[in-house]
Amino acid sequence: MSPLTPHPYMGNSTEAIHERMLSAVGASSIEELFEQIPADHYGTQGTALPDGILSEAALERHVDDILRANKNTRDHVSFLGAGSWQHHVPAVCDEIAGRSEFLTSVWGTPSSDHGRNQAWFEFSSQLGELLDLEFVGLPVYSWGSAGGNALRMAARLTGRNRVIVTTAIDPERRAVIESYCGKQGSARALEILDLDYDAATGQADLAQLSGLLDDTIAAVYIDTPNHLGVFEAQAAEITAQAHAVGAEMIVGTDPLSLGIVAPPASYGADIVIGSTQPLGVPLNAGGGVGGFIATRDEERYAREFPTLQVSITETLVPGERAFGLTLFAQSSYGSREEANDWTGNSVYLWAIRNTVYMALMGPQGFAEVGSTIISNAHETASRIAAIDGVKVRFDSGFFKEFVVDFTDTGLTVAEINQKLLAEGIFGGKDLSEDFPELGQSALYCVTEVHTEGDIERLIGSLGKAVTR
Amino acid sequence: MTRSEIRPFHSARWSEPVIMEMGSPGRRGTVPPTSWATSDAAGLVPASLRRAEAPGLPEMSEPDVLRHYLHLSQQTMGMVGISLFGTCTMKYNPRISERIIARPYVADVHPAQDPSTMQGVLQIVHQFSESLTALSGMPAFTFQPGGGAAAAFTHAAVTRAYHASRGELEQRTEIITTAQSHPSSPSTAAAAGFDIITLPVEENGYPSVEALRAAVSDRTAALMVNNPDDMGIYNPHIKEWVDIVHEAGGLCFYDHANFNGVMTRLRAAELGFDACMFMLHKTFGVTKGGGGPAVGAYGCSAELAPFLPGPRIEKVDDTFTLVESPSSLGRIREYLGNVPQVIAAYTWLKAMGGNGLREAADLSVLTNNYMEKRILEIPGITKAFPEVTKRRLEMTRFSLGDVTAETGVTAVDIQNRMTDFGIDAYWLSHEPWIVPEPFTPEAGEAWSIEDIDYWIDVLAHVVDEARSDPELVKTSPHNQVVARASGEGLDDPERWATTWRAYQRKNGNH
Repeated sequence: MSPLTPHPYMGNSTEAIHERMLSAVGASSIEELFEQIPADHYGTQGTALPDGILSEAALERHVDDILRANKNTRDHVSFLGAGSWQHHVPAVCDEIAGRSEFLTSVWGTPSSDHGRNQAWFEFSSQLGELLDLEFVGLPVYSWGSAGGNALRMAARLTGRNRVIVTTAIDPERRAVIESYCGKQGSARALEILDLDYDAATGQADLAQLSGLLDDTIAAVYIDTPNHLGVFEAQAAEITAQAHAVGAEMIVGTDPLSLGIVAPPASYGADIVIGSTQPLGVPLNAGGGVGGFIATRDEERYAREFPTLQVSITETLVPGERAFGLTLFAQSSYGSREEANDWTGNSVYLWAIRNTVYMALMGPQGFAEVGSTIISNAHETASRIAAIDGVKVRFDSGFFKEFVVDFTDTGLTVAEINQKLLAEGIFGGKDLSEDFPELGQSALYCVTEVHTEGDIERLIGSLGKAVTR
Repeated sequence: MTRSEIRPFHSARWSEPVIMEMGSPGRRGTVPPTSWATSDAAGLVPASLRRAEAPGLPEMSEPDVLRHYLHLSQQTMGMVGISLFGTCTMKYNPRISERIIARPYVADVHPAQDPSTMQGVLQIVHQFSESLTALSGMPAFTFQPGGGAAAAFTHAAVTRAYHASRGELEQRTEIITTAQSHPSSPSTAAAAGFDIITLPVEENGYPSVEALRAAVSDRTAALMVNNPDDMGIYNPHIKEWVDIVHEAGGLCFYDHANFNGVMTRLRAAELGFDACMFMLHKTFGVTKGGGGPAVGAYGCSAELAPFLPGPRIEKVDDTFTLVESPSSLGRIREYLGNVPQVIAAYTWLKAMGGNGLREAADLSVLTNNYMEKRILEIPGITKAFPEVTKRRLEMTRFSLGDVTAETGVTAVDIQNRMTDFGIDAYWLSHEPWIVPEPFTPEAGEAWSIEDIDYWIDVLAHVVDEARSDPELVKTSPHNQVVARASGEGLDDPERWATTWRAYQRKNGNH
């Protein structure tokens, strides 16, 4: 069974060790060890896989040759956001997340993986400061997962099964939420009612909301900034209306905005969710996403969390601290089908990146990055709006994304983006299919990483692109 | 065999404060670029939404943040010691993969880029999917699920979509699983709206065919089952099981989390299953990361493929495109999944090849049998279902019940004490426990025989200690970062604290 050269990933890949272990177990062949498996269960078609590449140099060359076909946001100027955003990732985040101890830990004990548990606690603690909330779970897969989990928490909390969800939401996120809520049909499905946005402001339509609200509603869910980039300036009023019918208020937010923007808890949001990707996680072709769920530290909420969460605790030595899992029994690991929803491997390594990022930034870093982003984005929007035939749909009250309407140019977003691509630019995310009411519009994202030179390039290329 | 000498060990112990206690006002750890724009940022946030008070984050210099987290990493054992954590297949994670996925052609790719600009990513994901098809017989895969539980949920969602498409969802309300399935099977199925039937394990180490026959009906939506289970026991009637469920109109999902021992020998499709799941962060050499980013690669039959979450990658001539199926269930998670982890798994599989996979499966079963023989020589240790004499596959579930009865020392005590010698905590058992005081090591193919022997020597040494000095073991660990967590207050609303601010308030410091 051994290839001629022992495989470098396998410590026992030598003939001598095979023989030694076989003889120790008293078996005459390897096949004898598979005696539990009936003969007619074996696959008949072989693996059809070529032999392994044992040389790391040859392996790297093979993979590198394929991946070099990719363009990326470093060799192009990119204005793509829409759920994955380009932000600076401090080098220390890479260094710490790449440490073998964090990279390879699996479960451990509070004593032997104390450092990792403490880092997780610091993730929750720092996020808690940004959010002004005291109960923060370990991360979930994504913002969409957090949304699905939060709506289901609200349903359990209220005993109701209808939820109101903004339509100014990333369609990807919305689709995840629909799966969590049982869109394909389910005995325990949640019915989702659409909360439309106002065509003039891009913000939730309050008049429509009051018509939807009654005592059958478990939750109202909005994002601020929402998918069209704008802040929900009337979030406090929406929250008050939700509370008036006994519904939970769920607000999704970008944690990177919270150095300059009021945390949703300040106007009474009950369950606050969002993305962890802006906090030191690369784009990773979409594999950088992560989500968080936070509430006030009230037993009512804590007992409905589906996540694992780490609590500061004591050891057997008086005065010594440890970090252990709290409310483990209510998780799916503890209670199988009786659990609050389900959990599993998530994006816990990203929590390490996130905690390092928040510690590096501090209060001043968050204030500054927020200011830089919002200023860069507004300035870019006004320069784009100065191009003939190009409009910015909602031209104030946005954070880092804004809707650029190309309808009057007579060109489609797809056509414009092809022209920009030829100039080394990734244009904004095409909204024309998911938001047909916005015509030929694209969602542009501008952050702290964009220089004035980048914007000048964009403006020049856009100007050319829309000139027929 | 003679035992090797037990080597002294002590973990790093920095007595590191919580970061919220560190720093000094005004200190900076990183400085974002200033804006080149002329607009006044303060006026750009709607007045109703301006932050009133700065967040109470620490204020630290860059080297101090680096050193704090280096200290915390050193206070984490991970796989730096010997980790035979069962059910999770702790194998080597090649660092070449980490180097590759950190490069801009992976890390800085945006998921909404035009497919023409990400052909490399799409090609690798597509080719890796074809390799999993070769290994499983399942023609279609999705990598969107961010872990094994998410793959189980995907199956529950596919099950809904499939039965709904046939107008039978209202009737098919039950999902059948076994007491030895992973908790994610019943929990995700319940979350998807199904009622759960859990078949108990019987005298052969698995539920009987009769029990399954009694459970199926026209209400059966699906079967969700692992095989071999976490005890290394293989249900030899699994093809009959699949037939019984199919006859009743249900779908069969093969949780292949325990694929390591049967790689290249068993193919889920040839056993009759409709769908299966592989753990890329376990079986396919990708890092655990303490719990993700992970991938539960979900594969299914051609009949179920149209229901898979989108987008799917298709190869047309030499170009890879993204397509949405009209009957797709939608999304399980945003985008294509954890793409870097798929690339790492592709790289690992290329390095292993078909021959390497076969050797890894052989070694994981051989090494487990070697371990089992030595572990059972330790007085007081038994295995689950000893009357099932056939050789276990890549894992064996053991019991310390006799040691506990004799000494009062539990499996958790021994787990803690072993960490005093640089051994990562072993896995006990998922709920429900079938034997008293369980533990479940898994050798995999990476660990050398010297490390395997040492692991067993430490176990034997600690069992000796349980007899000679039980208090030493019960109060362990003694050579770790901190002493054992008391566990007190963790479920007490007056005392739990998931954040520093909650801890401060509950301790009167706020």
